[in-house]
Amino acid sequence: MDVLIVDDSAAIRKILHRALKQANVTLGEVYEAGDGFEALASLKKNKVDLILSDINMPNMDGLEMLGRIKSDLALKDVPVIMVSTEGSQTKVIEAVQLGAAGYVRKPFTPDQIKDKLAGLF
Amino acid sequence: MQACTMDPITEPEIAAAIRAATLEVFSTMLGMEIVAGESQSGKTAASFESGVVALLGLAGDWAGSGNVSCEPPFACKLASQLLRAEYEAVNEDVLDAVSEVSNMIIGNVKNFLETKLGPMGLSTPTVIYGRNFETRSAGNRDWVSVPFTSGSDGMNVQISIAPNRGRRRLTRAVHGGLPS
Repeated sequence: MDVLIVDDSAAIRKILHRALKQANVTLGEVYEAGDGFEALASLKKNKVDLILSDINMPNMDGLEMLGRIKSDLALKDVPVIMVSTEGSQTKVIEAVQLGAAGYVRKPFTPDQIKDKLAGLF
Repeated sequence: MQACTMDPITEPEIAAAIRAATLEVFSTMLGMEIVAGESQSGKTAASFESGVVALLGLAGDWAGSGNVSCEPPFACKLASQLLRAEYEAVNEDVLDAVSEVSNMIIGNVKNFLETKLGPMGLSTPTVIYGRNFETRSAGNRDWVSVPFTSGSDGMNVQISIAPNRGRRRLTRAVHGGLPS
């Protein structure tokens, strides 16, 4: 499985990468991006099977990025799991309505990431 | 915080939210035991002589800021736990770790504040590393501060929020009726 991790924090990208290794998936390439713009640029060059993305990021936030992915014919079927401190029902519903395949609130355990992947793959 | 009988939120509620968010982040993401002390309030935020401070802005019908501050040894300990690597001096990785832990703590406090005060936005963190500085909030609302300890090291988590008068003035101007 090739994955794109999108978060403006290098620490969180490292932790998510570690959580992916601990999940029962065969991990291929793991790409990283610091905001929605970088993520969309990466997706033009790299085909992925899963995207894990924060919401609150500079330049382009995760929800705007999600909307653009879901309206792109080449990308719309790639599952996107949001990983964010945003915990309000409103935000979760907004993400789901935009097409998010799942939502994990920060702070999270590796098992929570593993369980979300188990539900998708 | 100057008490007001119409306040939708109290200092003890803010302190409880800080405690709960901090303990959750440290147990879930860092696997680190941390003990909450008695909360305090004041015009000047509690600070250390030298250390790391992460500042985040909050904005909505109520606005203000949150910060997490600690001395360098605690910052290194926090980064070592979060990133599963050894850090003996503050560097980019340590500052990023403090930034993200602060984002999670203040972000989760914000989630609680929203249940009482309505939707709020949260800025991305700004992290400062230095010596001999203090933090002060504009306006007449106090900081609510909760100290935490882990062994001999400590950390403070603080929130200062007040009704966003500027937003209310703008709302009145937009919907008719200029501010007096």
